[in-house]
This record gives sequence, structure tokens and C-alpha cells, in this order.
Amino acid sequence: MLETYSVEMQGIVKQFGSVTANDHVDFKAKAGEIHALLGENGAGKSTMMCMLSGVYRPTSGEIYIHGEKVKIRSPKDAMKLGIGMVFQNFRLVQTLTAAENIILGEKTSFWRGPGWMKKKQEEIEAIATRFGLTFPVDRPIWQLSVGEQQRVEIVKTLYRGADLIILDEPTSVLTPGEADQLFETLAQLKAEGKTVIITTHKLKEVMAISDSISIMRKGKLTHTMEKSETNERELARLMVGKELTAQKPLASRPKGKPLLIVDQLDVYADHGRKALNQMEFQVHEGEIVGVAGVAGNGQKELAEVLTGLRSWHKGSITFNGSPLKNASVRGAIEARIAHVPENRMKSGLAGSLGIVDNLLFKSYRKRSRYGFLRSRANRSWSQSLVEQFDVRTPGLDTPVRQLSGGNQQKLLFAREVDQDPLFMVAVHPTQGLDVGATEGVHRLLTEMRGQGKSILLISEDLDEVMQLSDRILVIYNGRMVGELARGEATREQIGLYMAGVRDEGDAEEEKVI
Amino acid sequence: MSKQPVQNTLAIEQPDLTPRRSKLLSLRIELDPTRKESPWWMTIISVLLALVFCGIFIAANGMNPITVYSKMITGAFGTTFGITETLVKSIPLLLCGIGVAIAYRISVWNIGAEGQFLAGAMAATAVTVYFPNMPVYLVIPAMIVFSILGGGIWGLLTAIPRTYFQVNELITSLMLNYVAMLALNYFVFGPWKDPKGFNFPGTPVFTDAQSLPVLGDTRLHLGLVFAIIAVLLYAFLMKYTRWGYELRLIGANPEAAKNAGIKISRHILLVMLISGGMAGLAGMAEVSGVTHRLMYGISPGYGYTAIIVAWLAKLNPLGLVISSFLFGGLIVGGFSVQTIGLPSSISSMIQGAILFFLIAGSMASKFRIRRNG
Repeated sequence: MLETYSVEMQGIVKQFGSVTANDHVDFKAKAGEIHALLGENGAGKSTMMCMLSGVYRPTSGEIYIHGEKVKIRSPKDAMKLGIGMVFQNFRLVQTLTAAENIILGEKTSFWRGPGWMKKKQEEIEAIATRFGLTFPVDRPIWQLSVGEQQRVEIVKTLYRGADLIILDEPTSVLTPGEADQLFETLAQLKAEGKTVIITTHKLKEVMAISDSISIMRKGKLTHTMEKSETNERELARLMVGKELTAQKPLASRPKGKPLLIVDQLDVYADHGRKALNQMEFQVHEGEIVGVAGVAGNGQKELAEVLTGLRSWHKGSITFNGSPLKNASVRGAIEARIAHVPENRMKSGLAGSLGIVDNLLFKSYRKRSRYGFLRSRANRSWSQSLVEQFDVRTPGLDTPVRQLSGGNQQKLLFAREVDQDPLFMVAVHPTQGLDVGATEGVHRLLTEMRGQGKSILLISEDLDEVMQLSDRILVIYNGRMVGELARGEATREQIGLYMAGVRDEGDAEEEKVI
Repeated sequence: MSKQPVQNTLAIEQPDLTPRRSKLLSLRIELDPTRKESPWWMTIISVLLALVFCGIFIAANGMNPITVYSKMITGAFGTTFGITETLVKSIPLLLCGIGVAIAYRISVWNIGAEGQFLAGAMAATAVTVYFPNMPVYLVIPAMIVFSILGGGIWGLLTAIPRTYFQVNELITSLMLNYVAMLALNYFVFGPWKDPKGFNFPGTPVFTDAQSLPVLGDTRLHLGLVFAIIAVLLYAFLMKYTRWGYELRLIGANPEAAKNAGIKISRHILLVMLISGGMAGLAGMAEVSGVTHRLMYGISPGYGYTAIIVAWLAKLNPLGLVISSFLFGGLIVGGFSVQTIGLPSSISSMIQGAILFFLIAGSMASKFRIRRNG
């Protein structure tokens, strides 16, 4: 039987500078199915879909729509071919109404009186009700909930005549109730003969709604299968991949006293969503504790709470025998908690300032007298740190933006380590670094451990977590759902915890909730 | 598993920057994300372009632009009188310029220097009106303190809503300019009007004790010293103090400043107090040093010109001195071309054109031109 494919992408390669985001990917989706593109963050799912919707152009490779070879140069081209994409962060004009957003860019009719607008609104409402997507068409976007905004985006693609609809991480911003509603809509779309592609890293959703599943890992598409042929466990395993090489394990250390005790912590994220829920764990002296988990399960908030950037609502944090001050960055600095933030250029360094100013971040209060900076002393101090940590820089006044990623990270570590911390929160410390720089960071972390310091390593790189951690905690939905000691941790087990599957019995329980 | 670099996520936010080929030339223009600041020569090019641009209008008025510009230059800088007048005009520009520059350092877009200037002038005048019998040696210090507080409080009226209610400071600071202007009109037409002044909208002329000393028989007054002290302090605070470091950090990366434990909202309040205070001091210097009374229309827009002064200087202290002197010259030069039949508003036109080309220049320098290959 000859199958008809709505989309075929062949040998797609996409490079951003020297980085390959997609490496010879072949992707196919059948007409009239819901196809899930599954993969970790940064696996290249979104990049693939952006090429399909004309946001990017592939470096090489071919795209066929309904069997015909096409060139998609812009979102406009994609629209003509009936491809519509709903982005993770919506592309809506906040001050315009839902209807105005949907007709935005339409070039028909010069005169747009109230009568015309009314006609359009009715047209839009007709589409919306047909697919069970209700939202107030005449209200400005900023007054709508996130779920409603997403519906506006879906209707926008439908209004423009899309019969292939791509949704990028559609449930990441939704409440469970809204997500269920979205799934009903998707089923409705399928019933009308539309092809739906969703990218996600949530296994439950994939099993709940998709017909076929493609799995991407590190820029490559590794597997494509029917949902009926697989199960969550298998998907989890395929998503995290196989162990590459057996790393030389770190020598084990005797367990020290508890240094950090997090007890029953409740933390809310920016929009009132509960990010940490009754979070409990301990970190002992001289150990590296890895936190594994799929992005968006509370890692960011956990790091922020521990470094004083975010307040907590309930529970307590005890650090080094005394309670930690709630939401005080200075309190955390003075308690000797170091922080390697997730995105070094966004929140760790000031790109336009020089080396000295960037090194002074945490210690400028100490390194000044009567309110005056000790310029000369600070310069020689900076010079010695630069040498000690082997930061390659043309000079002490070079804007750090001009340094390479690895040198920026060394600079950041120099600053944090020089504070003589007891504890370090390191979030994705090797993100975007090349192999050599990654090794350097790993060496620094293990050296700190050797000096009896503790590290909470929050990373999405399982290899890194497994290689460095004495203990691995797995975070899911704002909770630590699993704890594994070095040695007993297997990728499969971690992958299951990450997907929210605990034991056989627990898995059932999750579904009931 | 994500070893993916940051570019990936960033790139989704931006349009694909794959170069588009231009058919005309074998050159292409592309956004260079590493460029954040325009090079220094861009400032000079912007000023020159502004002069060429305004030259077209001058020529359209039947004048030779070269003659007009040389007339302006000799008028402003050619004589002792011209230079002292230029300095007189540059005093309020420099003080207000420091004020706005310090706010711009931490990305607080204070465009209310005009209102803060007027508030300072009113506060200083209030001293003369309500304490006419103050001991002579106390009068000027009291006027200084009042003007700084007056301007500073006017600045806080912008900073407080910005800090606590996320109200855009561009709007509040601009609106408060009109409030200050109307308040000034109220005082000079109403309670503070000189009873012996033949209905002239102004207060009585200040006494000698209420006026700043002047240099010889020029109009150059002690305010110049205030301005110089202020700019030195500004340079020193920014470079050598802990507080200056905190401001630098906030200006360079507010997100990182939070990570360093700096409370940004507190800094906004203090900075706006100082920013307004500087403009207020300029107002005091103007009433006490130049006009010797508070009167209707006291500022020809010093507070607005100061914004251009600060941009032209790129917030740099030495740059502020140079650019305020040049703009002072522009105002004086504008007066001198009136004798050959051009309106003095030519200088406002040049000011506006300079700002326009400065902004265009800083946008343009974010791009680079490459040969297609």
C-alpha cells in the first residue's frame, strides 16, 4: 500500500555558525494524523519545525509537501502551502483584539469599516466554534489567559487555511485542564482531516494523543514508530539514549555532615504557578549532588531560591546550621553560597564591562574602603585570578563579551571560587562549551569537592550528572521523585523518573491524578 | 542531554539572518550582534550630517550655509563677549546634562530635566520670597540646598511611580514638565508677582545677596564653578566609588546586578533624586546668576537640550563638558544670525537634527557591510 505523506523532509541539515542543530534528519508525517516529535530540550525539534514553517532555511536538504518538492523561504511561503505554526512564545500583538490579530497581514480590502470587521469576526467565530476553540474575539490579547491566547494562535493558522498545523511545546504554558481541552481540539482537527505535528518532551502527552512518534536526540532523528507499537518506558529510554562511554568514576568520599537542609519548600513561579511543591532534600559536606530532570520542572526556581533571587512561601532552608534568609541575595553571598547561573551572559556577567568589574561582582563590598573601590589592589587581585584560572584575555579592560564561552565561564568560576564558598549552585555549567572547556569546568567542580565543598549540579546533560554526582536527585513537577546513589544509577532508571514514572504502582497513581 | 549552545534557543526568537543577496551591488548588509556601541567617529559623522541637512534648509531660505555657519561660529566663539555668553548658556546645559546622564546610566529615561530645572528655580526663589531677611552669608547656600531638594523631589515624583507601580518614567517625567511650567506661571502671575513691576510676570529683582557673583562686567557667574565641581564629582563617583560601580553594573546588565545582590529599585530612587537635584541646581544658577528674578519663560528648553547634550557625550563626563559648551555656542550662534535675517530657531533645528542623526548613526553602526562572496 502506498502511503501518502503530508510532509516529507529529507536529509535536512541546519547549521548555526559552527554548531550543527540538525544533522541529516529525515522526517515524515502522514496526512490526517497527529504526529509527536519527541526529544529533550535542544535536541533540534524546534529547529526542524521552524524550517518547515519558513522561519529558518535549511543549510541543505529537501522538503516535500504532498509529494511535491517545495522551497520554503519565508513564513508567507509556508502559509501558501497550508502550513501553520503555533510557537511556544506566542506571536500576538498584545494591544490588538483577537480578531485583529488573526486578520493581521491580510491584504484584501482597503476599506475596513465596522461592517467589514463584524463580518470577519463572525467568520472567525464560525471557525472557532467548529473546532471547539472559544475565546472572546473582540477583546485585546493582554486580557486573555494563556490558554485563550493559544487558541487564538490555532485559529489564526486555521483562518489562513492551514491543513498542516505545527504546535511547538503546546502544553508547556498550559494548566492541566487547559491541556486536556487542547487535546480535544487536536482530536477535532484530526477528525477534520488536518495533519497535526506537536513537539514535546512529555511522554504522557505523547501516549495520550499521538498516532505516530518520532524521536530526536542530539540533532538526529533516531526512531519513528506507531504509538501502538511502543510504551512510555521504551520512549524514555530512547529519548535519553544509550550510555556512551564508561567514565572513570570519582573516588568516593566519606559522607560529611548535612550542610543544606531543604524542608517542605513551597515556591511559586512568576505567574503564580506552583513551581516547587513540598520540596525536600539534603546536601552533605563534600559531595556533588546532581539534579536531573526535564526542563521546566522547577530547576530554575530551585536555583533561584537557594541563591536568594526568589522567595519561598512555606517550609524552611537550613544552611550550615542556621536558617537561610528568605529572598536575600546578599544573605546568600554572605552565607558563602556561590552561584553559576544558567545563562552566563544573561545573568552572570556584564558583557560590556571589563574583567575587573566582572570579577568584583560578589566581593566589591569587601574590596572597598569607606565607599571607595580600592582600584589598584583590585586590579592586581584580578590579574592574579586571571592567571590562576588561566582566563585567556587580551587585557583586564577587555569587555568580557569578546571572550570565548569557555573563558567567560572560567572567569565566572574564578569569581565564585575566590569567594571561598561552602556550597555552589551550578546550573548547566557546561552549556554551549566545547569539549576542552567542559573538561575544565568538570575539573574545577571535582577540585572543589576534593576540598570538602558541596555542589548542587543542576543539568540537563545526563552524562555530566552521572559522571560527577555522588548522588542523583530527579526532579519532576516541583518535587524530588527519585534518589539514586552513584553506581546504582542507570540511564533508564533516571529517564523513567524524569518522565514522572516511578514504579509500576506509582505510574497508575499518577494517571489517576 | 542538551549540549546545544545558546544560539539555538536565541535564534528562534529572531528572524533568520541568513544573508539576503542584494541585486544592485555585490554587497550585503547584515546585523552584527556583537556590536552594541557605536564607534566614536560616528558621533562626528552624525554632527556633520546634521549640519549638511540643515544647510539644505538654509540654502532654501536663500542664504549660503557656509556664511551662516561661519557667522554662528564667530558669534559664539569669536569674541570675548561671545565666549562668555556661550559659557553662560552652557552652565544650565552641563548641570542638566549631568542629571540626565546619571539617570541614563541605569536606563532610567528621565526626560523631565526641564520640569526639574523649573522646580529648582522656584524652590530657590521661594527662599528669596519667604525669607527676605535671612543673614547675608546664608542666602546663597539656602537657595542652593532648596533648589537641589526642589528638583530632586520633582525627580522623585517620577521615580516613585516607576519603582513601585511600574509606571513608565518617560510619560510621567514629560508630563511633570508641564506641571512645573504651569506652577511657575501661577507664581509669577499670581502671589509672587512684583507689585512695582508694571504687571510684568516676574518676581521682584533679587538683591545682591540673593544673586550669584559675576566675573567682571560679563554675565558669567559663579554657577560655572558649580557645574565644574558637579562634573568632577560625577566623574569621580562613577569611576572610583562602590556606588558608581553598582550603577555601572545596573547599567551594563540589570539581571546580573540582581545576582550580585544589588537592590535596583533603591538605586532608581536615589539616582532620580540626584538627577533632579542637578537640574534643580541649574535652575537656581539661572535665576540667581542670569535673570536675577523668577519670571515667565525662564528656560528656553535647557532641560530638553540637555538630553541631546548627554547623548552626544555618550554620558561621558569630559564629553558632557565639550558637548554642553558646543550647544551653548549653538544657542548664542543662533542669536547672532538674526542680524542677517534668519530666525534664531535655526539653532533648535540644528539641535534636533543632531539628535536625529545621532540615533540613526547608533542604529546604523549595529550593522556591517560585507562583500558577497
